[in-house]
Amino acid sequence: MAKELVLKEGEVDARGIIPINRQTLKDKLRAYVKKPFSFAALLLILLASLATAAIVVWILVYVLMQGIPYLKPSMFEWRWSFSNMSMLPSLINTLVISLISIAIAGVIGVFAAIFMVEYAKSTNIFVKIVRVAAETLSGIPSIVFGIFGMVFFVELLGWGYTLLGGALTMTMMILPLMMRTTEEALLAVPDSFREGSYALGAGKLRTIFVIILPSAIPGIVSGVILGLGRVVGETMALVYTAGSAFNIRYAAGPMSQGCTLTVYMYSLINEGNKYAGQAWAVAVVLIVLVVIINGAAEFVGNKLKKEY
Amino acid sequence: MKEEKTIREGEAAGAAVIPAVNKKALIREWGMKAVFIVAAAIFVVVVAVICIYLFARAVPTIGEIGFVEFVFGGTWNPDVGYYGVGSLIVGTSYATACALVVGVPIGLLVAVFMAFYCPKWLYKIMKPVVNILAGIPSIVYGYFGLVVIVPFVRETFGGGGTSLLATAIVLGIMILPTIISISENALRAVPKSYFEGAVALGATKERAIFRTVFPAAMSGIVTSVILALGRAFGETAAVVLICGNLAKIPDSLLDPIRTLSSNIATELGYSTGLHREALIACAVVLFVFILLITVIVMLLRRKKR
Repeated sequence: MAKELVLKEGEVDARGIIPINRQTLKDKLRAYVKKPFSFAALLLILLASLATAAIVVWILVYVLMQGIPYLKPSMFEWRWSFSNMSMLPSLINTLVISLISIAIAGVIGVFAAIFMVEYAKSTNIFVKIVRVAAETLSGIPSIVFGIFGMVFFVELLGWGYTLLGGALTMTMMILPLMMRTTEEALLAVPDSFREGSYALGAGKLRTIFVIILPSAIPGIVSGVILGLGRVVGETMALVYTAGSAFNIRYAAGPMSQGCTLTVYMYSLINEGNKYAGQAWAVAVVLIVLVVIINGAAEFVGNKLKKEY
Repeated sequence: MKEEKTIREGEAAGAAVIPAVNKKALIREWGMKAVFIVAAAIFVVVVAVICIYLFARAVPTIGEIGFVEFVFGGTWNPDVGYYGVGSLIVGTSYATACALVVGVPIGLLVAVFMAFYCPKWLYKIMKPVVNILAGIPSIVYGYFGLVVIVPFVRETFGGGGTSLLATAIVLGIMILPTIISISENALRAVPKSYFEGAVALGATKERAIFRTVFPAAMSGIVTSVILALGRAFGETAAVVLICGNLAKIPDSLLDPIRTLSSNIATELGYSTGLHREALIACAVVLFVFILLITVIVMLLRRKKR
């Protein structure tokens, strides 16, 4: 049943009119023949995009192909030995360091973001200094963090190589990320939420913890997940702070030394070709972790975009 | 109990109670505000502590070696007591510059694609792909470079393979996501009317993008390039595997190089005494360069406002 078009007064049936401002493919091609530079630019744009996508696929496929044959159950045995080259201890160390650093950096980052968004005026000199500090922190290369961690935690405090030292070094690294993502999440909460809460008699603190933070949770969580990705992928900040013990040594809890997955992979590569397969297997686990982490961050972050 | 009795007729019963509640609430409000301020202050403290301890450790070392000899000296040979990071700074700069030559054009073109050409369904694939590119650990890039790119360079162009060229290619890939995502945001932030106006005047889509939208987004694009520069300058785990680690100023793209960061990563493990201190001073030199880059980025951001 075709819907009949009912025209009101002053309206025109637009279906019969041929739009003159529409470019057909033929028009476009003719324009490109006249303007070869534009055509070249278009080709370059498409080529570059294709190349980028191809590089990603190439790296992923290559790593998977090299590593999967070596992903045997013996790689996940509880204790590391020369015969099994197990990566489970490193995986556990990675989790321990991630948990500690995200717990600390999460609290500090969220609280600092609350101050920056809810309390401070942007003209305040203290706010400007904090911004400069955050920007500086996010730019410092991981090796410099590593050297600082070595100078401060390992030598000055005399801890030696410890998981805690590595975790605190990572905390410093992900602080700016935590603050920035939380800030964005807080800014996305509409002011009407705050006004409504105040109008109902809630204080500022109550408004923040009961109204604003729950609304900002998806953004904060996606920031936490991104921070997790940073910790999982970090090598150089951990080599000289958490050490490179392959096995679990939990006699001293977080004060024991141990290597993360990346450091384990780094050590295996430095052994030469002998452990190439095992190094690729670790790379596979790293990449799978990264893809899962990115997907999770994307999934949670998309919830942030809901319109209020 | 007393307060209740003093309530006069017509007065709200709550009015007398509020002050008592307020006091407690006020303490809580101010207490938590103080906590939030402390959390923000931690950022400043962390940066200050990093600066103080690194500089305190490095300044005596540099004094011992001699500032001019340390920063401008071309020979790094700890065995005979030469600690000159000049050739390392040059090596780092070459590697960074070549990485930008590889990464910036590709990154900008992809940013244009993402902002203007990409259909929605493809964007949903491309965006995660770029994010994964950013998320791959640098050690994986390094190993991929060592096993794939280095032999490729060796067989195609000759030389040892571990070279400035291999480093530039891998670093160029690593800085792509930084350039793509920040430039794309900058391009999207330009009002659509700029683009439409140019097209209405008869420009092709490409001309409209490169001649009107690009200049308008310039500060964001420059910021992305400088951030990428910072990332390439400090990258360690990938570079140390593929740069060849020869502390000499390279003559060609196929010569091995050594960067400030790879110098630290290779030698810190077995160094002692002055050698070790000199490596820490190396990190401080790197830190100073990064601080300069950060200052430039901040100045650019201020100009944008």
